[in-house]
Amino acid sequence: MTHASRVTRQEPKDEPIVCRCEEVTLPEVVQAIREGYDTVEELKRHLRVGMGPCQGRTCLPLLARVLARETGRSLAEVMEEISTRPPLIPIPFEVWRGK
Amino acid sequence: MRRTADVVIIGAGVTGAALAYELARRGIRNVVVLERRFPCSGATGRCGGGIRQQFTTTHNIRLAMESVEHYGTLAEELGVDIEFIQGGYLILAETEEEREAQRKAVALQNDLGLPSRLLTPEEAAEILPLLDITTIKSATYCPTDGHANPFRVVEGYLRRARELGVVLEKFTEVVDLEPRGERIVEVRTSRGPISPGLVVNAAGAWSGEISRMAGVELPNKPVRHEIAITEPVEFFMEVMVISIHNGIYFSQTMEGQIIGGIGLPDERPGYNLSSSLRFLRTYSRELLRYVPALGQLSVLRQWAGLYDVTPDAQPILGPTPGLENFIQANGYSGHGFMIAPAVARHLADYIEKGVKSEILEKLSLERFKEEIRGEAFVVG
Ligand SMILES: Cc1cc2nc3c(=O)[nH]c(=O)nc-3n(C[C@H](O)[C@H](O)[C@H](O)COP(=O)(O)OP(=O)(O)OC[C@H]3O[C@@H](n4cnc5c(N)ncnc54)[C@H](O)[C@@H]3O)c2cc1C
Ligand code: FES
Repeated sequence: MTHASRVTRQEPKDEPIVCRCEEVTLPEVVQAIREGYDTVEELKRHLRVGMGPCQGRTCLPLLARVLARETGRSLAEVMEEISTRPPLIPIPFEVWRGK
Repeated sequence: MRRTADVVIIGAGVTGAALAYELARRGIRNVVVLERRFPCSGATGRCGGGIRQQFTTTHNIRLAMESVEHYGTLAEELGVDIEFIQGGYLILAETEEEREAQRKAVALQNDLGLPSRLLTPEEAAEILPLLDITTIKSATYCPTDGHANPFRVVEGYLRRARELGVVLEKFTEVVDLEPRGERIVEVRTSRGPISPGLVVNAAGAWSGEISRMAGVELPNKPVRHEIAITEPVEFFMEVMVISIHNGIYFSQTMEGQIIGGIGLPDERPGYNLSSSLRFLRTYSRELLRYVPALGQLSVLRQWAGLYDVTPDAQPILGPTPGLENFIQANGYSGHGFMIAPAVARHLADYIEKGVKSEILEKLSLERFKEEIRGEAFVVG
């Protein structure tokens, strides 16, 4: 699976950032939710939010809160839908290969 | 939710999305796409995005060649950047028998008009300078193969389809089908029933279950395939690499990440979607054998998806014998993304005009009554 190319931005953005690794702003998230990407897993795939090197540790709780607020669903329900993918921290190929 | 539709499509992967768009474009707009979770939640959103034409059966080669042509103009047609890059596919072989198979494959491909070539190991290294050719016997290369972004492709198809009137029902699971005589008369979902004109089974690895609801057995089996992506590195490979020796495939995304996987030969059929350490070890070992320079590169994530595998590794397309309004569009055996644009056109033409193309005739469910001669290169 290839991903959306990261838009290289010359200027820093004024809007509040939800995901630092992938530079996704709050208005972008809100707009996507209104377009119908209304689960965490869909937002991840659509905006790449939560797909950066920190694997969403920083931004997914925040994203879940925005989503709960926008859709009127409970935070617990929204959090429940989040899936994680190993290894959770980046580890080099040679370590996996072993000797 | 709509209670009747001219066409009910089960599954919003690339197959269902492309077909919905092609139908709408032909004026067939009372179409409902039913999706248990959300678009791309099946194999499509888990796949490698590879688009190759170097196959070993005439139908796979033809479908892939047609699709590459469509992929070339799709971004413009859909108004979405699908990140289609034609960087070529380099296929590696490590034994005499594999080289012989490659020679035969290239002869057939060239006959069908594909510009693929048989290469020496040294020529392969010219295309990918970081390739370690110590064990390589031969390679084939086709410059018009490439890759695209499955999410953007599906988003593009669905957006245009919906603009034309197609309805997408997310989080709507098909739970039963009711056949009566020669037709399916009702599709039952978790959100109520629909009366269909036609029903299309585009449920990927779950197509066997869907079919069984109508009392039809498909020969398809779900088989797990695992895949991993790394942190981004400086762009060094335009080409997508696969090996017929061990089934590995890898390419570099536009962002610089290396995405790839390898089939584990003893994987048993089933719906297991967990990530294994065994996969990561095998993939790392084989990848570093071919490109030792990647040793320090870190894996960011791994995941798994399901191949929907048929006995001859070719898809099952078209109406079901005995149930004429039940259309099969499944059995892609690990290469459904790349042929989806062409498959959608063949099926939409059939649904619009009632006439089967030669490819639909050849790839119908009925062929499994006959002797099976299948695709030999079942890799990404
Ligand atoms: C790891 C991996 C790598 C791959 N790499 C490549 C590659 O490089 N190139 C390539 O061309 N192909 C590749 N493939 C194969 C490719 O992903 C598939 O062939 C293709 O995506 C199939 O698309 P589809 O739309 O037919 O099925 P899917 O994308 O699986 O869609 C089927 C949909 O049906 C839905 N569904 C299932 N049951 C029901 C139900 N009861 N009710 C409602 N909805 C239901 C599912 O939720 C799913 O969204 C790869 C596959 C995997 C797993
Ligand atoms: S902050 Fe979003 S992935 Fe790291």
